Amino acid sequence: MLTPLIAMVRKDLQLFFSDRRSVIVSFFVPIAIASFFGSIFSGPSKNSEAARIAVMVVDHDDSAISKAIVASAQGDKNFKVTIADDEAARDSVRRGKTSVAVVLPKGFGEKSGAAFFGNGEKPELQTWYDPSRATELAMVRGIMTEHVMQAVSREMFGGAQGRAYLEKSIPQVEASTMNAQQKALLLELLRSVNGYYDAGGSGGTGRSGGLSMPYTVKEEAVTAGSNVAYNGYAHSFAGMGIQFLLFAMANLGVEMLLERQRGLWKRLRSAPVSRQTLLLGKGISGAIISLLILAVSFVFAMIVFGVRVDGGWAGFIGVAVACSIMASAFGILVAALGNTPATARGVTTLAVLMMVMLGGAWVPTFIFPAWLQQFTLIVPVRWAVDGLDAMTWRGIGSSGAIAPILVLLAFAAAFSAVAALRFRWEES
Amino acid sequence: MSWEDSCSDMAILDVTHLRKSFGPLTAVDDVSFGLESGQLVGLLGPNGAGKTTTVSMIAGLVTPDRGEVLVAGRPLAGDTDPAKRRIGLVPQDLALYEELSARDNLRFFGALYGLSGAPLEKSIGQALDLVGLSDRARDAVKVFSGGMKRRMNLAAGILHDPDILLLDEPTVGVDPQSRNAIFDNLEVLKARGKALLYTTHYMEEAERLADRIVIIDHGRVIADDTLAGLERSAAVAGAPITLESVFLTLTGRSLRD
Repeated sequence: MLTPLIAMVRKDLQLFFSDRRSVIVSFFVPIAIASFFGSIFSGPSKNSEAARIAVMVVDHDDSAISKAIVASAQGDKNFKVTIADDEAARDSVRRGKTSVAVVLPKGFGEKSGAAFFGNGEKPELQTWYDPSRATELAMVRGIMTEHVMQAVSREMFGGAQGRAYLEKSIPQVEASTMNAQQKALLLELLRSVNGYYDAGGSGGTGRSGGLSMPYTVKEEAVTAGSNVAYNGYAHSFAGMGIQFLLFAMANLGVEMLLERQRGLWKRLRSAPVSRQTLLLGKGISGAIISLLILAVSFVFAMIVFGVRVDGGWAGFIGVAVACSIMASAFGILVAALGNTPATARGVTTLAVLMMVMLGGAWVPTFIFPAWLQQFTLIVPVRWAVDGLDAMTWRGIGSSGAIAPILVLLAFAAAFSAVAALRFRWEES
Repeated sequence: MSWEDSCSDMAILDVTHLRKSFGPLTAVDDVSFGLESGQLVGLLGPNGAGKTTTVSMIAGLVTPDRGEVLVAGRPLAGDTDPAKRRIGLVPQDLALYEELSARDNLRFFGALYGLSGAPLEKSIGQALDLVGLSDRARDAVKVFSGGMKRRMNLAAGILHDPDILLLDEPTVGVDPQSRNAIFDNLEVLKARGKALLYTTHYMEEAERLADRIVIIDHGRVIADDTLAGLERSAAVAGAPITLESVFLTLTGRSLRD
């Protein structure tokens, strides 16, 4: 049994490597695509800045407060601010060149100051936004809130507009008919602020910085160890590697159908070789090719992009081997269920694309709806990607590989069982 | 000549009462004949007569519904029966790996029969010598002409030195030179004592090569005799007798598509 088995494996490897197109598609294309996706998922590198959100500001007010808001926004590292008029701002948003335009209407500074103490009409801060970039609108809204609050409060507690407002408000409060106790308290507050101005709180180096966020955020990426850093390339190389090894194995199945069409299976079946040996030979050669694809992808990712196996080499190799066996069994399933090479190629391309899309090979599964995240547990690619992620950037120990390995081997067993049952052995 | 007559003690291959149906279609129905060492039997029949199905059952590619195939008096028992080593198949298709060299193709097919090392290399050399492709051993099959591929197809079938060679239309689509070369190869094999079963549509091939001719139609054997015997049985006073006229007399003139 061993001589024919080794011959089967060697022949399939020879055929694979003799086809330059297969080699390029299987080894180099996933590296190119994974590098591209990795550069996106990894975020900015140490040497490059994060992409800024393009924001246009239209200042109809031209008050101290509106100018302060514009200046503050211009200094924000998240924004790339351009000053524009109405027409230019609308046109830029419509063309998709700018995500959001913020319009400060006339009287914004005065009204916002009056509204700051609660009894004035609130002015409207208008935004025009690109509907395809609603996420950026939410970010702009949040960041602008901080800038507006800071600019208004700084002016009201330290600027000329705030002082004028107070001087106007104190006689109005004195003349008002409000409850005597409340009136006394409010006047005390306003006079205290006035006293603050008189004491120099409004000028020089003592100028108020305005209201600011009452906290700072300390962010920590949580992985299995303090020395384990997130590397987006690890995920993208896992995803693309799996995608292309599945394509390679689907092609293996189609090649088996072509072998049948070309009469080669007649030769194989006429030899004194068992059916198990014939399928096992295909399975082993497929698994070796799959493993090579993953190995080449990850070696490249390790050398060029610094991807590390932080979860344990035993687990990583275990997941890679289980994944390769699953993919190889998938290829034989294609040969068992396919009628003709042409139809099998079409159906399996669709099946592979669905599996990699649902399995999180392209985009992480957490962006899926909850029900879909549960559903994708029946997709082997999900387990392969999760397993490789766990062994690389998540840095989970080899114990984290056990479940993915077992599930992938179960898929391989199921694919093999169906393939063995449905394989057409009769060669007429 | 009856089947009992053709199944002598000398027969290395006995086909007995083979039957095979595919759904409602009975492709082969009670086919029996024998084949002796050093003998070439031509298996003739119109399209769809059951020739290829018969050859497939002998080669173990299709399981008969009934009947059996005896190799040297023993029935074939399953896929891994060592007796399968005594049978070589030259299928109608060019069953070769185009991307591999002639030598690598033969290395692979030889290994399927358990050959390895020096014996395998020796067999490869002998097979390539016989079909005249020794000087092209390193070339990929895809660069071969149609005739060279046909000869390679034959080399792959005889590589393991089988006693019985099943040839399913081995000269389809080749030029007269290559066909003649294949005929010469078959004559050599016959002289070495191999038993050859040769299916063809070409009457002149059967006339040149066959020691005995089995004509099959609608899945049944309708004639089994030497060329001379067939011609005698179909002789009509004054009319010239050829194998083709015998064949048309037996199978009719209606088209078989």
